[in-house]
Amino acid sequence: MKSVLPILTVVAAIIALWYGAAVWLNSKWVYDQAARAGVEVSFTEVVKQTMNQERPKLPAPHQVAAELWKTTVEKKITSKRSLVFHGWITLSATLLGFAIGTGLGILLAVGIVHNRAMEMSVMPWAIASQTIPIIAIAPMIIVVLNSVGIQGLLPKAIISAYLSFFPVVVGMVKGLRSPQVMLLDQMKTWNASRAQIFWKLRLPASMPYLFASLKVGIAASLVGAIVGELPTGAIRGLGARLLSGSYYGQTVQIWAALMAAAILAAALVGIVGLIQRITLRRMGMAQ
Amino acid sequence: MSWLLFSAVFWVAALWVNIRLANSAYHETRAVRLAVPTIFGITVLVVWEGLVRGLQVPPVILPPPSAVAAKFATSLPILWEDFVQTFVKGALSGYVLGCGSAVLVAIAIDRSEFLQRGLLPVGNFIAALPIIGTAPIMVMWFGFDWQSKAAVVVAMVFFPMLVNTVQGLAASEAMQRDLMKTYSASYWQTLLKLRLPAAMPFIFNGLKISTTLALIGAIVAEFFGSPIRGMGFRISTEVGRLALDMVWAEIAVAAIAGSVFYGAVALVERGVTFWHPSQRG
Repeated sequence: MKSVLPILTVVAAIIALWYGAAVWLNSKWVYDQAARAGVEVSFTEVVKQTMNQERPKLPAPHQVAAELWKTTVEKKITSKRSLVFHGWITLSATLLGFAIGTGLGILLAVGIVHNRAMEMSVMPWAIASQTIPIIAIAPMIIVVLNSVGIQGLLPKAIISAYLSFFPVVVGMVKGLRSPQVMLLDQMKTWNASRAQIFWKLRLPASMPYLFASLKVGIAASLVGAIVGELPTGAIRGLGARLLSGSYYGQTVQIWAALMAAAILAAALVGIVGLIQRITLRRMGMAQ
Repeated sequence: MSWLLFSAVFWVAALWVNIRLANSAYHETRAVRLAVPTIFGITVLVVWEGLVRGLQVPPVILPPPSAVAAKFATSLPILWEDFVQTFVKGALSGYVLGCGSAVLVAIAIDRSEFLQRGLLPVGNFIAALPIIGTAPIMVMWFGFDWQSKAAVVVAMVFFPMLVNTVQGLAASEAMQRDLMKTYSASYWQTLLKLRLPAAMPFIFNGLKISTTLALIGAIVAEFFGSPIRGMGFRISTEVGRLALDMVWAEIAVAAIAGSVFYGAVALVERGVTFWHPSQRG
């Protein structure tokens, strides 16, 4: 609770900076217009005009908020102008991909922990994959799947899946390995089978690691879904809103889509964090 | 048919070799630790080649690795030009600017506990957002060339780096700071001789995370507009022309650039933080 005041101060400072930057970046256009019309503008007049331009270089925070309000609450959610509609398109691809990626990731991690040949073959590649920009494959997956007749939700979900896959594998292997030797020996003295060791010791012990990677994974999934929407020619989804906004110079639309993506990311990470806290508390591992 | 048979036989043989190697008495040796993933990688390539040839997959869906390698070898000048545009100009300059300014800001707010308490959660929060979405805005502000890509990279690496540096500056122990006080060391002396060196493992952690982010930012930003060169530009246009061998060659360049970049930072880390437990032994 101590941190509330500092956080609010920092947020207020960011908004103040944003307004300042909006005045500074947008004033050129106002001055140009005034010079063309041959009139002098006072500074207060300039500030007023920078706040409400149609296509500002940097929309002021209240413009973005108004656009968000207009496109989420006032539009029908089936409308193509509704951000709820586009957000849902992106969210469904994110969630489907996240589920696939996490499921496969956990399965592979279980295999790696129990099979040395698998570990030695796959693990170096899984770690190396974190250093390369695998998202570069996204446009190809979209186009190739499109050419074999698969389009819509699934190609984006595949991109989301492979982006969340590797963090989950690496984190989960670490987690399944986290029980100390003494605990493993204790299980052996109880004559526990491998399955029992897995279900009663390794899996519970891996939870903190799993949730840490899930947070990384869901954020990566969302980025994957957004980037996956770019090559299809900007039809639906938050990524499409970003791209069409940049085609037509609709800065307010870009910023509103960006904010919507940020809110979505924050909500997703927040939900994973909440599940983490509840789970760890019920397991008696809460910090 | 013979291709399918060949790849199946190769796969089984490689699997057998790997299982034998991994369960042999030598599995702790360096040679085996290198050999097993290498054999696995080669097997993937061979099976890929065999399946594509055996099933006659059209090259517009999946080109065989040999075609990709041939394309790679014949288009080195283009690949090099794209590499310079995206990696050296876009990613690297943004990386240096973003990481450098984040470290400076972390040191600037170091004396104010109030600012740190505010900036750390906000920074952590922003680091989880899809900052890549600022790409179209940066392209509008800074034009199509590498400057806009560098700006996206700066925005992407700044907050992870800031959070890591602030955490690192808090990493020295109270006992060590007290010792510096008994030496009557000034704030800057303590910072330079104790706290910054102690922060290095954290700073390098941030630097390593940022290498990947920088490449992702530079490549994806090119999807929103770029001059007629660059890795992201090439990938998106060659995908449109269904020249997938070129796309795979470009992806290979991105993979090599990413892992070499990461490796270089990790190498510097070993030199700088030689004292840290994770680097010893």
